Amino acid sequence: MTVLDRAQPPAVNTPVTQVPPRPAGLPPQIRRRTRGLRRTDWLAVLGASAAASAATGVLWMQLGPFTGLLGYVVVTWLVLVGCYALLISFDENLSAMRDRVASLAVHSLGLVLLLALLFVIGYTLLRGWHALVHLNFFTQDLRSTQATDPLTRGGVVHAVAGTLIELAIALGLAVPLGLLAAVYLHEVPGPFSRFLRTVVEAMTALPDIIAGLFIYATLVLIFRLGPSGLAAGAALGVTIVPIITRAADVVLRLVPGSLKEASFALGASRWRTTWYVLLPSARSGLATAVILGAARAIGETSPVLLVAGATGYLNLNPLHGSMMSLPLLAFTLVQSPEHNEVARGFGAALVLLVLVVVLFVITRVIGGRAPGDLSARQRRRRATASQRDAARIAQRRGGRVVTYAPTTPTTAPLEHP
Amino acid sequence: MTTYLPATRRRPGTDAPLARRRLVTNAGPADVLFRAVARGGGSLVLVLMVMVGTFLAYRAWEALRVAGFSFVTTQDWNPDGGGFGIAAVIVGTVLIALVAIAAAVPLALGAALYIAEYAPRWLRRTLIAVVDLMAAVPSVVYGLWGAFFLQWRVVGLSRWISDWFGWIPVFRVDGVQRHDPLTTATAYTSSTFIAGIVVALMVAPIACSIMREAFSLAPAGEREGAYALGATRWGMIRRVVLPFGRGAIIGGTMLGLGRALGETIAVVMIISPRFIIQPHILENGTSSVSSLIALRYGESSPFGISALMAAGVALFVLTLIVNFLAAWVVSRSRSGAVSEV
Repeated sequence: MTVLDRAQPPAVNTPVTQVPPRPAGLPPQIRRRTRGLRRTDWLAVLGASAAASAATGVLWMQLGPFTGLLGYVVVTWLVLVGCYALLISFDENLSAMRDRVASLAVHSLGLVLLLALLFVIGYTLLRGWHALVHLNFFTQDLRSTQATDPLTRGGVVHAVAGTLIELAIALGLAVPLGLLAAVYLHEVPGPFSRFLRTVVEAMTALPDIIAGLFIYATLVLIFRLGPSGLAAGAALGVTIVPIITRAADVVLRLVPGSLKEASFALGASRWRTTWYVLLPSARSGLATAVILGAARAIGETSPVLLVAGATGYLNLNPLHGSMMSLPLLAFTLVQSPEHNEVARGFGAALVLLVLVVVLFVITRVIGGRAPGDLSARQRRRRATASQRDAARIAQRRGGRVVTYAPTTPTTAPLEHP
Repeated sequence: MTTYLPATRRRPGTDAPLARRRLVTNAGPADVLFRAVARGGGSLVLVLMVMVGTFLAYRAWEALRVAGFSFVTTQDWNPDGGGFGIAAVIVGTVLIALVAIAAAVPLALGAALYIAEYAPRWLRRTLIAVVDLMAAVPSVVYGLWGAFFLQWRVVGLSRWISDWFGWIPVFRVDGVQRHDPLTTATAYTSSTFIAGIVVALMVAPIACSIMREAFSLAPAGEREGAYALGATRWGMIRRVVLPFGRGAIIGGTMLGLGRALGETIAVVMIISPRFIIQPHILENGTSSVSSLIALRYGESSPFGISALMAAGVALFVLTLIVNFLAAWVVSRSRSGAVSEV
């Protein structure tokens, strides 16, 4: 405890910190900055990068037989780390130097990954843009389009429809199964559910082509189902069942145990607790799990490659005939040597990317809330419901008082819960 | 405040205390039904997963019986006339995955540390969203980028590595004169290296996301303890964050490895298939199990399909082993455990 007012000595038992008076004649104290970058930090980085790029430039253009921009960047970076370490070592000790060099390495690695990832998207955007600006790209299919036709003919509507139908089939298969399995893992613990959890976790990274082969071995070879949207949807469903199960299991584990215990304490059965407490509390997380599975299913090519068949026709019947999907279309089109076909392929990939981004944004909007963390609208709705309940209970209690205990104030203690 | 315990209840007439009450939950019919349905759903998922393996093995049996042990040692893939085996494709698969992991893990680790430890708070949420989005980007998009952009631009780097480090067997490129400027670029395209880099970009966001989550859970008490003892930021990361996240680092790596082993489309778009064991990662031509299946299923006889199923079983077993190891490592680590402070 710090006592600044020394005129009144405190009680005997209280420990006291004596602050010595500040000697007169000293300059005023300035608060030291303990975080943020100093000017020398910036200068060190700038100087080191200038030195590195110049040194590598000399090496590249004058001394060595080196070529290529990528190699230049890599060597520059290595020299940069060396120069930076040297500069820091002039006025810091060893551990500070290590700290700075590690910080530089982490920053640049993170930057490289993020730039590379953004670049992948940007490249698709750049190449796919030519096809997308033509309106026919969204209204026609490729049934009468030759490879040499200009981009003003033909479109991807058949692939968009096929993707959505296959996605619907896959979700129809995987969502009930995955959510049920997640509820089982969570509500019926035991050796069997532990085993199931291990299997599901191992299956999360099931190679997508294996799911395609499985559907090929069963639906196609045994049940004689030809290439169709149903087979493709089933293959996608098999791929995403473990993903949805795992994600939903993780979300259900985040529901506070006290919510469930409160429900049990009120006398609710296990089934009612699950239906009215567990699942509603985890609703946004469960939606996220489903959408993650959908994003995965929408982009998978290889299961579809094996069992859907490729076609240029718009086919809305999942039971019969080949059905195109966007990733498969992109994959097929870019193998053509024709420039316009490649442009269409990039366009299809871009449409696919947009679908994935839309799904992802929906995930971000509805997901990311912890169980019990309600939006303003939900909170208003809860408040209304709870007022209605209160009114109902009051009314019932009034009825009871009249019926069973007309004169005695048996309900009095209830007034002060 | 005092709590008075009731005197131990005695059985009437004796001194023996009353037996401990057995707690029985009397599940109603709805509960019994609920449990049965949930158990059914769980079992169905298990059955589905087991069926994937069994049906593949069943279909593969025909080819495996014909090929016998030579299935593991043969490099060629010619099911309808002559030998076929997975020696070349398995080696190709593993090499592509190893290149991918070697490139992806430092990137993912750096990015995860940057997001969890260095990035300013306002940037952090955006970066997390970007990385998670990238994990959801379809593999065909990465494949397009690799085949149309990276393929021809990485040749310079490949040439440089093979010129200067060609004495290491892995980096040698056969049939090419060292420092010969007239070498055609095609000697370096469609290689394990390029496929590996593209797959690395695909698995890095997945690994990064797992690592970042574990790093951000590192207990604040221990972090502050390290700072209080005078550690620099890197010292704190090395002594607190990295040991805490070790399980996630290994687990994320293994999960990425599992994805990399099974990746199909991006690999198909880049490599040119070649059925010999190709240990030179910079040289044109390699193969992987999944790309073999994707390329050959259309033109195969029923026996050829059976042989492809056998290759699928091999891949399935390989990824299953990797994934089980990953799950085991993650479950044994302290990552994600709440600090006692």
